[in-house]
Amino acid sequence: MTDRAFAATRKGLFEFRRRRAGDWQVARTSFLGSPVSMLLSDPRDGALYAALDLGHFGAKLHRSEDGGASWTEIAAPSYAGVDADADSPPSLKLIWALETGGPEEEGVLWAGTIPGGLFRSGDRGESWSLIRPLWEDPRRRQWFGGGFDEPGIHSICVDPRDPRRLAIGASCGGVWDTTDAGETWRLGGTGMRAEYLPPEESDAPETQDAHRLVRCAADPDCFWVQHHNGVFRATEGVDDWREIRPTTHPNFGFSVVVHPADPRTAWFAPAVKDEFRYPADGRVVVARTRDGGESFDVLTEGLPQEHAYDLVYRHGLDIDPEGETLAMGSTTGGLWLSEDGGDTWSAARARLPPVYAVRFG
Amino acid sequence: MATISFTPHLRQVGPTRPTACRGATLGEALRALEPDYPLLRGYLFDDHGRLRRHIAVFVDGVMRPREGALGLALAETSDVYIFQALSGG
Repeated sequence: MTDRAFAATRKGLFEFRRRRAGDWQVARTSFLGSPVSMLLSDPRDGALYAALDLGHFGAKLHRSEDGGASWTEIAAPSYAGVDADADSPPSLKLIWALETGGPEEEGVLWAGTIPGGLFRSGDRGESWSLIRPLWEDPRRRQWFGGGFDEPGIHSICVDPRDPRRLAIGASCGGVWDTTDAGETWRLGGTGMRAEYLPPEESDAPETQDAHRLVRCAADPDCFWVQHHNGVFRATEGVDDWREIRPTTHPNFGFSVVVHPADPRTAWFAPAVKDEFRYPADGRVVVARTRDGGESFDVLTEGLPQEHAYDLVYRHGLDIDPEGETLAMGSTTGGLWLSEDGGDTWSAARARLPPVYAVRFG
Repeated sequence: MATISFTPHLRQVGPTRPTACRGATLGEALRALEPDYPLLRGYLFDDHGRLRRHIAVFVDGVMRPREGALGLALAETSDVYIFQALSGG
């Protein structure tokens, strides 16, 4: 069973260990006082990667070879040499997504950033290359920022059948896929709609605000998206999305996770839409479907149900590879874990800074 | 040579004491530090070599605009301070 989880927060990285059933405690802190935007645990070699957002001093990347006891700063993705396509040349603002390549691709990492570049490293983050074909695609220039001044790539889904096949999600830049490790790109997103655009533009695929894109490990053609104005599901790649219209809870949110073995089972952290962004009635809930969105369970046991105003960001929900243990972190520093697929939750023993990302590994 | 002092926030990647730097301009003087402090550049400059937005440069007690700061001529006796604007909570 998964017994380690990380919370990347505004004031550092927190490693949690499971001491006994439902009891998760802080085992280590790293980068205390510094914003950590993302964490990656690489199962191929045991390395950890932490992305820092140092504000005044830029976005940085660190690697640990000893489980987080010590860290070394390594290269961060860079836009050096990339020409301006707006007012001024792009420069790295945030490392928003970090993923490993395929199981056999030792040392291959992917990073999604603000502004909206996708980067690949073949040497464990010692160097990075911008994926030029996507950056130079004229449709990429239509992207715009959602929550940040510039757009960014927040979701990178590697196909476990073939690591050259990737799908990505961008806010606000829709969903894209490649079958050749980024040489050519296809813009998906048919079936999505954007309420925040003029009616004649609402189905433009390149400006859909897919808050989070996830892919089922066992059925990699099946995807879920928590979108700015709803939930969408696709079962044959990143097109032909079907909108899910839950009646039991708000359809606004940022995060979604899918069961690694069952593409019909997914979890969401809903909030009142979009100009308000707090849990309905001040109750923190998790919504779970087991039938592809036909119906939902609204799960509350162990979660705050009175005057709780926690919002869960797009990387604030994670599921372990077995599909039983979930972790959820909030903007007000809540961290809850469930060891039974979301039926019951327990609060971790900590009052955390605002949580940007949670990850098992 | 001009003397450059850095905010202690940069002590992990830059000099911890006032340091004499060779260079006719501030940009040259900062570049002269790179062999000894290879990470420092990424903290001071963005991906295109521009001073980061919240870096504040003082030369001889006067705060200088970031635009053009790297081209400032330094005297042998110049005292330079590199600070950062504070924000957030």
